[in-house]
Amino acid sequence: MKKIAAMLAIFLGLAGISWADSSLSITGAGATFPYPMYSKWFDEYHKKNANLSINYQSIGSGGGIKQVTEGTVDFGATDGPMNDDQLKAYQDKHGFGILHFPTVLGADVPAYNIPGVTVELNFTPEAIAGIFLGKITKWNDPAISGPNKGVALPGDDIVVVHRSEGSGTTYIWTDYLSKVSEEWKTKVGKGASVNWPVGLGAKGNESVAGTIKNTPDSFGYVELIYAIQNNMPYGRVKNSSGAFVKADLASVTAAAAGAAKSMPDDFRVSITDAPGKTAYPISSFTWLLVPAKFSDASKRDAIKGFVKWMLADGQNYTEALSYAKLPKEVVAKELKALNNVQ
Amino acid sequence: MITFLFAASVVLVTVLLVFELWQGSVLSRHKFGFNFFRTSVWDPIFEQFGALPFIYGTLVTAAVSLLIAVPLGIGAAIFLAELAPARVSDTLEFFIDLLAAVPSVIYGVLGIFIVVPLMRQYIQPALKHSLGFLPLFQGPAYGVGFLTAGIVLAIMVIPYIISVSREVLLSVPRDQREAALSLGATHWESTWRVVVPFARSGIFGSIFLALARALGETMAVTMVIGNNPTISASLFSPGYSIAAVIANEFTEATGELHTQSLIELGLVLFILTFILNGFARLLMVATSQRGSRLGHP
Amino acid sequence: MSPRLRWRKFVSGFMLTLTGVCALVAVSVLFLILGYLVYHGGTSISWNFFTKLPVPVGETGGGMANAILGSAKMLLLASLFGVPFGFFGAIYLAEFSGATTAFVVRYAADLLNGVPSIVIGIFAYSLVVHPFRQYSTLAGGFALGLMMIPITLRSTEEFLRSVPNDFREGAMALGASKWKTIATVIVPAAYRGILTAVLLAFARVAGETAPLLFTALGNQFWSPGWTQPTASLPVMIYTYALAPYDDWHRQAWAAGLVLLGLILVINIVARAILSRGIAVPRS
Repeated sequence: MKKIAAMLAIFLGLAGISWADSSLSITGAGATFPYPMYSKWFDEYHKKNANLSINYQSIGSGGGIKQVTEGTVDFGATDGPMNDDQLKAYQDKHGFGILHFPTVLGADVPAYNIPGVTVELNFTPEAIAGIFLGKITKWNDPAISGPNKGVALPGDDIVVVHRSEGSGTTYIWTDYLSKVSEEWKTKVGKGASVNWPVGLGAKGNESVAGTIKNTPDSFGYVELIYAIQNNMPYGRVKNSSGAFVKADLASVTAAAAGAAKSMPDDFRVSITDAPGKTAYPISSFTWLLVPAKFSDASKRDAIKGFVKWMLADGQNYTEALSYAKLPKEVVAKELKALNNVQ
Repeated sequence: MITFLFAASVVLVTVLLVFELWQGSVLSRHKFGFNFFRTSVWDPIFEQFGALPFIYGTLVTAAVSLLIAVPLGIGAAIFLAELAPARVSDTLEFFIDLLAAVPSVIYGVLGIFIVVPLMRQYIQPALKHSLGFLPLFQGPAYGVGFLTAGIVLAIMVIPYIISVSREVLLSVPRDQREAALSLGATHWESTWRVVVPFARSGIFGSIFLALARALGETMAVTMVIGNNPTISASLFSPGYSIAAVIANEFTEATGELHTQSLIELGLVLFILTFILNGFARLLMVATSQRGSRLGHP
Repeated sequence: MSPRLRWRKFVSGFMLTLTGVCALVAVSVLFLILGYLVYHGGTSISWNFFTKLPVPVGETGGGMANAILGSAKMLLLASLFGVPFGFFGAIYLAEFSGATTAFVVRYAADLLNGVPSIVIGIFAYSLVVHPFRQYSTLAGGFALGLMMIPITLRSTEEFLRSVPNDFREGAMALGASKWKTIATVIVPAAYRGILTAVLLAFARVAGETAPLLFTALGNQFWSPGWTQPTASLPVMIYTYALAPYDDWHRQAWAAGLVLLGLILVINIVARAILSRGIAVPRS
C-alpha cells in the first residue's frame, strides 16, 4: 500500500512539473501545406516568447475549418478558403465571423517516382487532368511523352497518389484542374475532399510524399517544400501563356502579382492558372483562420501578436523553406484587417 | 451500495455509448435509410454517402486474414496441444500471447516498411505471374491494398486463434483420444477426426473472436490498405475499411451529414463486432460445457 | 504392414510435421517483429530521443520527450479512472450481486470490451471534447480508461470468484463483516490475479492509437496540466511512419521499440506474478 502511494506521489509530482501556470497554450489545427513553415515559425516564436506555446497540428485544411468552427481549437489554417456556406455556418454558430489572414505563398507540384527518370518532366494541363481522371494510364502515353522528347519513359502503369482526407492542397490542385479541364470540372469538381476517379489515398502532404517516395511509377501532388526536402523529382507545368514553368520563389511570386493589386477585403482569392509568362499555374496563398472575437483577451493578444510578427520578421524565414513572401500590398492590408479581431 | 454504483456505471456508460452512436447518426440514417448499405458513392462535395465500399473492404480484408490465419492457427494449436511436450507447449504459448500484446500501430509500421515493399517487389509479381488469370490477382502491384491488409491482419489475429484453440483442444477429455487410438487410428487421425471435432465449437468461437478483432482494427489497416473507397474483385486493388475511413475523415468532416455518416459507419461496425463477439462466447461456452458434461472431473 | 497402413502413417507424420511448421511460423513472426524493431529502433535510440522536443519539420535532432510524458500522463489517468470501476465493479459481481444484475453487468462489460477502439474515440470525442470545446490529456485518459474497465472487471471477477468459499466462511465464522472479509481476506488472497489483470489492461491500452486521434490530438511542445492537447507515443509513431523524412522514420522505430519493450515487460511481469499465485484451475 505504502509503496503504491509513494509511486503515485512521484508520478503526480512528475506530471505536475509540466504544469506551468504562467504559460499560455494556444492550439491551432489545419493545413499540412504550410506545416513546415508553421512548425518553424511557432518554434521560433516560442523561443522568443517562452511563456507562449502555439501548438499547431497538421490535420489537413478540412480539419482546420471543421475544428475552428466547432471551437475545439483556437485558430485554424487552410489553403482552400472557406466558402460562403462555411462562413455562414461559422457565423450562425458563434454569432460573429471568422477572418482569413494569408501567411505565405506556396505551390502544388507534380511529383513523381519513375524508375530511371531523374530529369524534370514537362506536364501539360491535359496530361495532368487525364492522369488524375484515369484516362491516361501509362507513363509512355503520348500526352506525357510529347512534351518530353528525349526522355525514355517506361510503359508502366501510373500509380496516382492523392489525399485521403479533406485537404487544402487538394483544393488548390482541383481548383486548377477545374479551370483547365471541362471534363474534370463536371465529373469531379473542386473541393477539399473529392470523389477521386483513381489513385491511392494518403493522409497529409507528409504521407503523400512518403507514398510517392516508396512507390515506383507513382505520381501525385505535394507542396513544393515536401518535394525539395525529400529530394523528389517534380515537373514543370505549362501555364496559360504556354510556357513550361517550374515552381520556385520567382514563379510563385509572379502568380500572385495580379492578385496582390486586386486583393478582396476578406483575402479569399484563387491564383491558380494565373496570367503571366513566368507565373507558376498551381500556386496559392494559404490562410490562418482567426475568429473575429475572443472571449479570452490573453489568447486574442497572443494571436494578434503572432500575426504581426509573422507579417514582419516571420516573412524572413519563408524563402529558406521555398515559400514565397507575401506581396507588400497584402501585408499592409492584413495589418489593417488585424484590427477587426476583438 | 458503493460497489453497486461502480458496476451500474459500467452499464450506464455502455448504454450511453450505444445511445450516442444512434443519436449521432440520426441525420444520415433518415436521409439514406437502407440505401446507405447499397450505394458505393462517397462524395463529400455532393453530400452522397454510401457505405458499401467500406463494408466491402472491411469484410474482404477480414476474409483474407482468416483464410491465412485459420489454417496456420489451428495447425499451430494442434501442434501445441497434441504433440509438444508440456514445457515446450507452455513456452511457445507464452511467446504467442506476447504476439497478441503488440499494438496495432507497430504492426502498421512493420507493414509499411517491410510487408508493403515485399508485396510490391516479390509477392504480388509472383502471384500475378502464376495465378494472374484469376481476377483476384490482376491489376498493378501497388504494394498496398486488400491483400496486404489481409496479411497484416492475419498476423495480428493468429495469436487469438492459437491460444483459444489450444485451450479447448487441451480440455478435450483424454478418453476421447485414447478411444480413437485403441481403435487403431494413427495419431493424426485421432486428432483430426476425434479431438478437433469435439472441440469444434470452441475453435469456431476462436475464429469469431479473431474475426471481431480483424473487423475493428484501425491503425494497421489504414497504413497499408491504400485508402481508396473502391470495390474491386482484385486483391491487389487499394481499398478502404470502416475503421480506416473514420480515422482519416472524422476530425475534418465538414457538414453534419458527413460527420453523421461516419458515425453511422461506426454504429455498423459496432453492431457487427457485437454480434460476432456474442457468437464467439456462445460457442466457447458450448464447448466447455460439452467437455464437462462428459464426466470429466 | 499393409500399404494402406503405411499411407496412413505417412499422412499422420506429414500432417503433424505440418502443424509443427505452423507453430514455428507463428512464433518466428514474433521474433522477426522484435528483431526488426531492435535492429532499426536500437540504432536510433539516443539521449536526444528521450530528452528533446520535436524540432521543426525537415530538421533533425528532435526527440519525443513530450510524447513519452504525454503517454505517461494519459495512462495514469486511464488507470485512475478504469481500475476503480473495474475493481469495485468486480467486487460487486463476485460478492454482492444477484444473478440477473450480474448477467446485465457482465454483458455490458463484454459489449464495451468488444467496441472497436476507433468507436471509443468517437464516443470520447462527443462526451468530453465536443462539450468542452477542448482537446485534452483528460479526454485521452478517459478514452483509454474506458477500454481498461471491461478487462479489469472481468479478470478481477474471475480471480475473486476463484478464492475458495472456505475463506469467506472462515472469516464470517470469526465474526467479520462482509466488507471486512472482502478487504482483509478475499482481496489479498486474489491479489496476484488482480494485479495481473490491471497490468495486462494497462499494457493493452498503452499501445492504443485510434482513440487518441480524436481526444488528445497532439502537441509539439510540453502539454501543461491536464486540459491541453498532448503528444503521445503511439500517435507520434503513426505520424512519423507515414511521413517521408528519414529522421522521422528512425524516431518512429525507436518509439516503437520503447513502446513494445514497455508492453512486453509488463506482460512478462504480469504472467510471472500469476504463475506464482492463485490461478484459475485448468480443467
